[in-house]
Amino acid sequence: MIAVENLSKTYDSGTLSVSALREVSFQIEKGEFVAIMGPSGSGKSTLMNLLGCLDLPTTGSYRLEDVDIGGLKPNQLAEVRNQRIGFVFQSFNLLPRATALENTELPLLYGRVANSTDIAMQALERVGLKHRAQHKPTELSGGEKQRVAIARALVNKPAIILADEPTGNLDSVTGEEIMSLFHELNDEAVTLILVTHETEIAEQAKRIIQMKDGRIVNDQAVISC
Amino acid sequence: MLIFDLFKMALRSLISHKLRTFLTALGIIIGVASVISMVSIGEGARQQTLSTISKFGTNIITIKPGQQKSRHVTTGKVDTLMLSDADFIEKHVPLITGVAAQVYRSAQLKFGNKNSNSTVRGTGKNYVRLANFEMKRGRYFNQQEIIASKRVCVLGATVVKNLFEEANPLGKTIKVDGKNFMVIGTTEPKGALSWFDPDDQIFIPVTTAQKRVFGMDHIQSIDVQAEKIEDLELIKEDIAQVLRLRHNIADGKENDFYVQNSSQWLNSWGDASKTFTYLLGGIAAISLMVGGIGIMNIMLVSVTERTREIGIRKAIGAKKREILEQFLIESVVISFLGGSVGVLLGVGISEMVSNIGGWDTIVSTQSILLAFGFSVAIGVFFGFYPANKAANMNPIEALRYE
Repeated sequence: MIAVENLSKTYDSGTLSVSALREVSFQIEKGEFVAIMGPSGSGKSTLMNLLGCLDLPTTGSYRLEDVDIGGLKPNQLAEVRNQRIGFVFQSFNLLPRATALENTELPLLYGRVANSTDIAMQALERVGLKHRAQHKPTELSGGEKQRVAIARALVNKPAIILADEPTGNLDSVTGEEIMSLFHELNDEAVTLILVTHETEIAEQAKRIIQMKDGRIVNDQAVISC
Repeated sequence: MLIFDLFKMALRSLISHKLRTFLTALGIIIGVASVISMVSIGEGARQQTLSTISKFGTNIITIKPGQQKSRHVTTGKVDTLMLSDADFIEKHVPLITGVAAQVYRSAQLKFGNKNSNSTVRGTGKNYVRLANFEMKRGRYFNQQEIIASKRVCVLGATVVKNLFEEANPLGKTIKVDGKNFMVIGTTEPKGALSWFDPDDQIFIPVTTAQKRVFGMDHIQSIDVQAEKIEDLELIKEDIAQVLRLRHNIADGKENDFYVQNSSQWLNSWGDASKTFTYLLGGIAAISLMVGGIGIMNIMLVSVTERTREIGIRKAIGAKKREILEQFLIESVVISFLGGSVGVLLGVGISEMVSNIGGWDTIVSTQSILLAFGFSVAIGVFFGFYPANKAANMNPIEALRYE
């Protein structure tokens, strides 16, 4: 489903050019649960941005569901983000003035999907927050906010969900709740890619890709659990 | 995203910053209100003047001594027109129904212990008809009285009020610059122009005025009434030809008089006052412009504040165009609201000016549409730059923005 080949990203800032990602190659199949680990500066955020179609690689190719992302125009990238990718961020990134339902509905509105309110409600129900649908983010707890974000990521039935440190701003109990929600989703054949630097979190995935200095240093399946 | 959802979002964001929205819209409100009220005041003044001027008749040709340069400035000698010129025109120029020679000057009027400083107009017998005056009491003077230079006078309504109040002035004797005149008639009031009250004058035979009051042998103007408006140009040519002959003006030399008809004057006055209206409107438009800059300013602040929101929207699939539209709609909604309130305020101000100030104001649909359309256009114009800035943000940087 995801095929990455010799993917590199170089940032040019005037005279200095920084290679954030150096010729990375891997594949991810449908239904996988992959954790990307690495210290800060290892290139995992850059990889995340490329996988999320927020940015284009300097060289190399990235194919998502057999579509060559490198050849797409900004509006087509936006469409791919809207239809095929769900984002979950460390800091939730909900719109503060919109209710949980409206936040969840937003990708459907940009995708011009009919019955958007009903579909968004189903997604909220899936993460167990139907009763909080009319609440604004300020009235929700951290865990609830992240659930709304997951509902928003789910709502368009994307090919992959990219989660960037999804438990980073949560206490361990709430973090566990979010992780078990991810497990449930993965059991329903949702492909998950998780970026984290916490080993306990990463070990809950089925496969760990470890990165350092822009390269993959280890890529193996998790045997335990 | 459907335009309806974009509107909903724009309204929500504006409502969440009520004071800011109001203050931003205030610039547009003041701009639109001032355009509408200024233009209505200008239009009102114009229409009132035009309607009063047209009361004097549009089929009148006026001959004056001297040379008229551009914009009503008269140069040259002012004593070239004679009473005999008027008589000659009356006898020899075809297609006319009346000629009235005039001399005028302001003079001291006195009756008993009452005083008035009014225009004394020496005229021929036709003047009352040519100038559209109606007699209220008595009669106008006739040809015999003119030939005999009788000391008789006809009083305008304002003069009657000033000298006689409610009393009947007929048969009374008033003093004009110390000389006795008998009142033989009064005219119906005609209504004042802003700079001239046609009722604040008395009429005496032109010969009497020349010999006994002003001591002059020329005349100051001749009014000629055309039978039909279509003949005006023809008559003007005839008059010019006749007068050039009588004044011995060689070919190639300029006239020592000028001929003009009132509709011409009406037009040029109309043009002048239109310029005035445009000027007022223009000044008001500048304030509208300033309002637009206010919108741009606030939208720029708002775009920066909402960088993260823009990042989120882009991450979940908003296209450049949809971000652009979202912010553009916000600025247009502000200017639209400002425009609507401004129209109401502008109409209100015009009403107030006419009710309290007593000026005529005319609120034209044209000025409303213009100001309204202009304000919405300003919303688009000044909203475009901030909206474009938002639309072109890099989603990764926008998401990282604190």
